[in-house]
Order: sequence, then structure tokens, then C-alpha cells
Amino acid sequence: MILRIEDLSVRLGGSHILQGVSFDVAATGVTALLGRNGVGKTTTLRAVLGEVPATGSVEYDGTPVLGRATHKLVRDGLAYVPEDRCVFAGLTVAENLRLAERVPDPDYDLVHELFPELKQRAAQRAGTLSGGQQQMVSIARVLLNPNRLLLVDEPTKGLAPAVVTNVAVVLERVAECVPVLLVEQNLAVVRRLATDAVVLEAGRTVWQGRAADLLGDAGATRSLLGVGSTAGRH
Amino acid sequence: MSTVVLLTLTGLGLAALYFLIASGLSLVFGLAGVLNFAHGLFLSIGAYVTWSVVGSWGLLPAILLGVAAAAATGALVELVLIRPLYTRHTEQVLVTVGLSLAGVALLQSVWGADARVFPRPAWASEVIGIAGAQVPADRFLLIGAAVVVLLGLLAFLRYTRYGLIIRAGVENRAMVSALGIDVRNAFTLVFAIGGALAGLAGILGGMYFSAISPGQGASLLIFAFIVVVIGGLGSVAGAAGAAVAVGLLQQFVNYYGTAGAGDVSVVVLLAAVLLLRPTGLAGKVATA
Amino acid sequence: MTTQPSVPPAAPAAILPEAPASGSVPSRATPSPSAAGQLRRRLTPLLLLVIAASLPWSTLDIPGLFDGPLNSPGTLQLLALCLVFGGLALGYDLLFGRSGLLSFGHALYIAAGAYGVDILVSHYGWPLWRAALVTVLAAALLALLLGSVALRTSGIAFSMVTLAFAQVGHIVISRDPGGLTGGEEGLPLASAGLPGFLVGVSNTVNLYWLALAFLTVVVLVVHTVDRSPLGRTLTGLRDDERRIAVLGLSPYRLKLLVFVLAGGLAGLGGVTYALVVGGASPHVASSELTLSLIVMAVLGGAGTRWGAVFGGILYAYLDQRLARLGGTLPGPFAEPLFVLGTLFILAVYFVPGGLTGLGARLEPLRRALRPRRD
Repeated sequence: MILRIEDLSVRLGGSHILQGVSFDVAATGVTALLGRNGVGKTTTLRAVLGEVPATGSVEYDGTPVLGRATHKLVRDGLAYVPEDRCVFAGLTVAENLRLAERVPDPDYDLVHELFPELKQRAAQRAGTLSGGQQQMVSIARVLLNPNRLLLVDEPTKGLAPAVVTNVAVVLERVAECVPVLLVEQNLAVVRRLATDAVVLEAGRTVWQGRAADLLGDAGATRSLLGVGSTAGRH
Repeated sequence: MSTVVLLTLTGLGLAALYFLIASGLSLVFGLAGVLNFAHGLFLSIGAYVTWSVVGSWGLLPAILLGVAAAAATGALVELVLIRPLYTRHTEQVLVTVGLSLAGVALLQSVWGADARVFPRPAWASEVIGIAGAQVPADRFLLIGAAVVVLLGLLAFLRYTRYGLIIRAGVENRAMVSALGIDVRNAFTLVFAIGGALAGLAGILGGMYFSAISPGQGASLLIFAFIVVVIGGLGSVAGAAGAAVAVGLLQQFVNYYGTAGAGDVSVVVLLAAVLLLRPTGLAGKVATA
Repeated sequence: MTTQPSVPPAAPAAILPEAPASGSVPSRATPSPSAAGQLRRRLTPLLLLVIAASLPWSTLDIPGLFDGPLNSPGTLQLLALCLVFGGLALGYDLLFGRSGLLSFGHALYIAAGAYGVDILVSHYGWPLWRAALVTVLAAALLALLLGSVALRTSGIAFSMVTLAFAQVGHIVISRDPGGLTGGEEGLPLASAGLPGFLVGVSNTVNLYWLALAFLTVVVLVVHTVDRSPLGRTLTGLRDDERRIAVLGLSPYRLKLLVFVLAGGLAGLGGVTYALVVGGASPHVASSELTLSLIVMAVLGGAGTRWGAVFGGILYAYLDQRLARLGGTLPGPFAEPLFVLGTLFILAVYFVPGGLTGLGARLEPLRRALRPRRD
């Protein structure tokens, strides 16, 4: 087990966004963090990273980390691919990648193998890229460095179907060597990648188990996620 | 024609001062989100330190010491006063307001409230004939210094790792942290750079006006604020463009209009820019 | 004065129709302890007002605090100035503490009041009351005009625009256009145009009462706003603008309304200030004055019922007294602004709620000891 979250609670601007989220992330494979819009999936990731103040307990690789500075956690191998990509629009692709280098020998071979397009577009400003290309930059930024856990927030949001497949293939490959905590609305992607699943509802954990058990049960899928198991997103 | 040349070069000289003050303010605001009212204090410290050692050290070492003292003050203010209030922006502004009040009073108690005559190199007092105009050489000193600083800053931002971190941090500070970078070191750095540039502006301003006084920083600061907002918060190139626009407008309107009309026209320009482009000329969102 | 705030300034549900913060609901049937508290809350200010109004009949001499007995002209002048700044600070807090509008240009409207009444009386020989009325309306109109531009921006840009507008005012006043403002020297108020009871050292007491009346007006206006739906909406606006927009109200119009109201109060304060000090000088238009208003509000407790009043009185008193003591203090302590600026920085770190907030911090304890209602 690489990450253990217990009774995580977050208040922001007077609203109680997380009210006791508890779950574990296995040391291998993909754990999908699921739930309807606004149940606190993104807030959970940001609380783990120390971007929002939280109470409760978060253990990363056996040590409590709540309250540690974000950059220190990331240097310890906890990498983050945020929602909406968050590439630096005014910087070139090469500069976006150079900024993310944390080690003396960043793995540009892997990045260029997975995303050959980024090599050709190195001098282009990231703000002028398409959504799919920006997502590649965002994922490439974390793959340059050795990581021990990836937090990936809605990597396929707003992307064309062909690009979704591309992103899923990359994540599948990445998950072979690094555990991933994945927030994802596209159930086809979840079905393809996830070994375990956690479902949040109104700031609480309501289900945890094998992903196949959840997705194999159409009734549970519908009642917990509010979608038919075949629907991509709502 | 000769009047236009003289006015243009004088306006550009003024623009140079505004740029030196505004570029640091703009970086500090763009990266750290701090509206720094104590920036005028950095300016005065640079000027006064240079003034007090110039007799024994000579001009160039005195200037270097003045700039270094202003840079150190900037870094110290960030480390001691700003950093403990991380993310509490209103309190940070309030602290710089208190510092600007207390700092000017402190300078007054050390060096007196009256203006002091400031030394300048002999050649800066000469006049140079250009296109029929007799232009005082100090204008070129100001313009030259500002151009060197502008090119140096742009090169720093473009080609160094810290420059990269600052440019990225102006866009999205949280994401820089999420890449494993301690962005607070960059805060200290921009405060030091802003302090150094303001100190340089204080020294050059002292040479230009031939005098320094404790309140000088505050009066230049307001126009520097206007330059920052027009140029777009966080943009060095925007600050340069806005400084030129403000300096020229102020000089020309003051000459051809009534006294004080130039200052008023600058504020009208600010209002017009904000109404037409709330993000400032360089497009960075100005509504923090 | 420190017993007043009963609701924390940032009450999250402030825009919901909950029980009003202050004692404006007399219809509570059961005589609960809180009714007594409400009564006390309303009576304490009234008592203070009576004491303040009768102060000039006291010959009490407090050697450390004042140079002469309370009813000496020098002390009354000092007290009058303190009261004026108490009112000015509370008026400013309508923008800063209550609506979250960090204006750096409030001095402009105070200067409009001071110079407006001064010019109309001294240059044009208008009777004081007519001049004062026109001046206050003009200050409010100026606030409407400039506020309608400045409020199109928000956050730091708003602060910058208000600062720039006020700077123009300062420049214009310093340049003495048409010989109207007296330039850097300022413009003394021609006593010939004033009613007899406001002229001469022996009538300082009337200026004192005038200042007290101004402060009372500001308190009544601001506290009425606090209690009204407008006040609760403003608090909601300060905490989360989107919520107000969701309710279908226009944040822009609300903010403009409060900006104009604050401008009018500042104009009235400027008029009072000009009468108390006998004229106007460019200092009242300076950004430094606005900065000191911020210091007053924060020092006393921005957004609380009495914080800004308290901060304004304290600041003005210290400013005057330190200037008087100046020569006797060592080094930078001879500069009042050094002491006040340092004090302010310390207050921001160590007394975040302001001095009156110290009382409010004890409030949870007090509330815990008190029987719960509803």
C-alpha cells in the first residue's frame, strides 16, 4: 500500500467539502477515484498534495504527510497531473518540460517515445496546442522524473475519442511500473485501466473494492455513479 | 522640431525611471501577488546609502553599494515580513503600507526631512546637440541604464532556470509547486531584484533631480503603480511599453498644456486602458 | 467600547434572513439574558455619548494624557480632531471592512469636503450651512462619477484606480488652479464668513460638539446600514461575490451605492475637519491620509461595529501627542509615523482582529457561559 487516507476532512469558504474520506491506494496498478461531479474527488487529490488545508491523516509510503509542503511531497515522488492540464501557456513545450526536470538525467527517451509529437513541437508555445497535445505535455512533465505514485485528475476530460484512447494507452503503460490514483469520468477508460475503485458521495467514501466488482454490477454502477455502465460520461 | 526632440528624450528619461521602479513591482505582484507599497522605501535606501558613502568611496562603488543595500532590504522584507503571511494578500499589503509609513519616518530621523544635494558624474551635466536640440546628458544616462536593465531582465527571464520559474509562477504559482519546485525562493529573489532596480532608480533619480529627500520614493511610486497596471501585472515588456507611453504623455502634455495637465492625462490614460482592456496591455489578468 | 461586537465580522451566512446582528428586534417576547445584553448594547453607546457631550464642563486635569484640563481649548481641539478621525475611519470602514473594497483614494472625498466648504465660504462668501450642504452633495456626486468608473475593476486594479484618481486631486490642489486652493500653503477658512459661535478660541467647545455630532451621524448611518438588508448583502459581497450575483442582485450597483454613501460621509467629515482646524491643506488630499485611514480601521478592528471609531480616535490622539513629545524621544521614536507604522505592522501580525477584536475573541467563552437561545 502506497497511500492510506483516513478521515480526511476539508472546509473551504464555509462549506464542508470533504467530511471524512478514507481509502487505500495499492502499491501496484490503477486505483480509480469515482463519483458524481462535485463530490470532492479533485479536492481529495489537492488535500493529499497539501494544496488545500485539511484534517485527518494521510500516510504516504508509511509516513504521515499531511501539512507537508507540496513541493517536498512531489520531490518525494508523488507526482500530479492536474485537472485541465495546467500547462504554462506562455512557455514553450520545451520550457514546460525543462521546468519539470527534478533529476540530473530526466527520461526524455521515454517522453519522446510516448509522445513523438512533442519533440517536433518543442519550440511552440504550450498555449497554442490542442487540448490533447496539452494533456501530453502535462503527463510528459511527470514522466521525466522517477515517481512512486501518480495522482492523475480527469486526463481525458474534453478530449476527442481518438485522443482519449491515446491517453489511456499511455496511462496503461505508465501503470506497469508506477501505481496511479486516477480520477476519471469516462467509464470505458476506468474499465480498461483500473484494478481497484473508490467511490465518493457528498464528501464521504461510500464504496471501495475491486474495480471489476463495481463495474460488473450495473445496478451498483448506476446507483453509485448515476450512469449506465456503458455510458462514457453524462 | 528641437523642442520635440528635447521633450521626447526628457520623456524617455522619465520613462526610464518609471520602468526601473515598475518592472520590480510588476514581477513582485505577478509572482507573489503582493502589492508592495514599501517599494518606494527600497528606492530611498539605494539613494541614501549611495549618498552617504560617495564622499569616501567614489561614485561607482557607492552606486554598487546602494544597489546592494536596496536588494538586501528587498530580500529581508520578503523573508521577515511577507513570508509569514503567505497567501494572506490583504495582510501583506497592509504590512507594506505600515512599512512605507514607518520606513520614510525612519529615513527622516536618520538623514533629516530636508532634501540633500546628490552628486552626479561631471559628464552628466553637459549638454549634447541632437537635431538642433540641446539635450542634457543625464537623459542618456537614464535611458541607457533602463535599456541595459530591460535587456538584462529579459535575458534572465528567458535563459535562466530561475527566470523560467518566475515566468511560470506568474502564470500559475500552485502548479510550479506541484512540479516539486520551492517557489518561495523565487519570491525572495524577485523582491531582491525589485529592490535592486528600485535602488538603482533612486540613485539615477537623485542624479537627475540633483537631490534626494525621504518622500521622493512615494511620489514616483504612484506613477510606477500606474505603469504596472497599464502594462499588465507581471509583464516586464508590458511595463517597459507602458513606462514609455506614460513618460512621453506626461512630458508633452505638461509642456503644451497647463501645469499638472500631464499628470492628469496619465490618470485618464489609466482609466481608459482599464475600461477598454481590464487586463492591461500585456493581457495578464489585473483583478487579483 | 470593547464589549460591542457580538457577531464575528465574517459571518458566513450573513446574507440569509437570520436574526439581525444588533439589537434592532424589540419583539422578542421572553426576557432572556440576551435581551439584557441587547439593552446594554444600546445603552452603552448612549451613555458614552452623554459623557462625551458633557466633557467640556469638566475641569479634570489628566497630566500624562493632556496638556491642560479637559475643558481647556487646547485639549478640546485635540479631542475634536480625534472624534473627526473616529468618524472618518468608520466611514472608510463602510468600504474596507464592511464591503471589502480596498480603496486607496478615500482622501479625495475628504479633501473635496474640506476644500469645497472652504472655497465656497472664503472665496464666494456663501453662508456656512448652504456651503456645507452643497459640498457634501458634490462629494457624493464626485464619488458617483469616479466610482462608476473605478468599480468596473476589482481587487488590486480597483485599489490602483482609486489611488490614481486621488493623486490627480492632490496634484490639482497643490497646483493652486485659479488661486482657489492656496497651493502648498493651503487655504485658511475666512472667519468672516462663519457664524459667530464657531469663531475664536473661547468657542472651541462648539467645534468639539460639532465634531461629536459628526461622529454620531456617521455611527448612526453606518450602524443603520449594518442592520439593513443592504449591510448583510454587503458582507455577503465581501465574502463571496458570486453568491450575490446568484441572488439576482447586481454587485456593481450595490458597491456603487456604498461607494457614494462613503463618499458623502467623507465629504461631511472634510467639512467638519476644515472647521475644526480652521482651513484645508493639501495633506487632506494625500495618499498618506488614506493609508492612515486604513491603519486606523485595521488597528481598531475592520468590519466590527466600533473598531474603526476606536482606531481613528486612538491614531489621531497618538499622532498629535507623539508630535508634541517628538523632541524629547530618542532616534526614530521622535517621528510619530515611525511609531504608528511599527505599531500597525505589529498589530497586523499579533492582533489580527484589531484591538476591539480582542474583546470579540473572548466572545465564544462568554457565549458558552450564557444559556443558549432558540
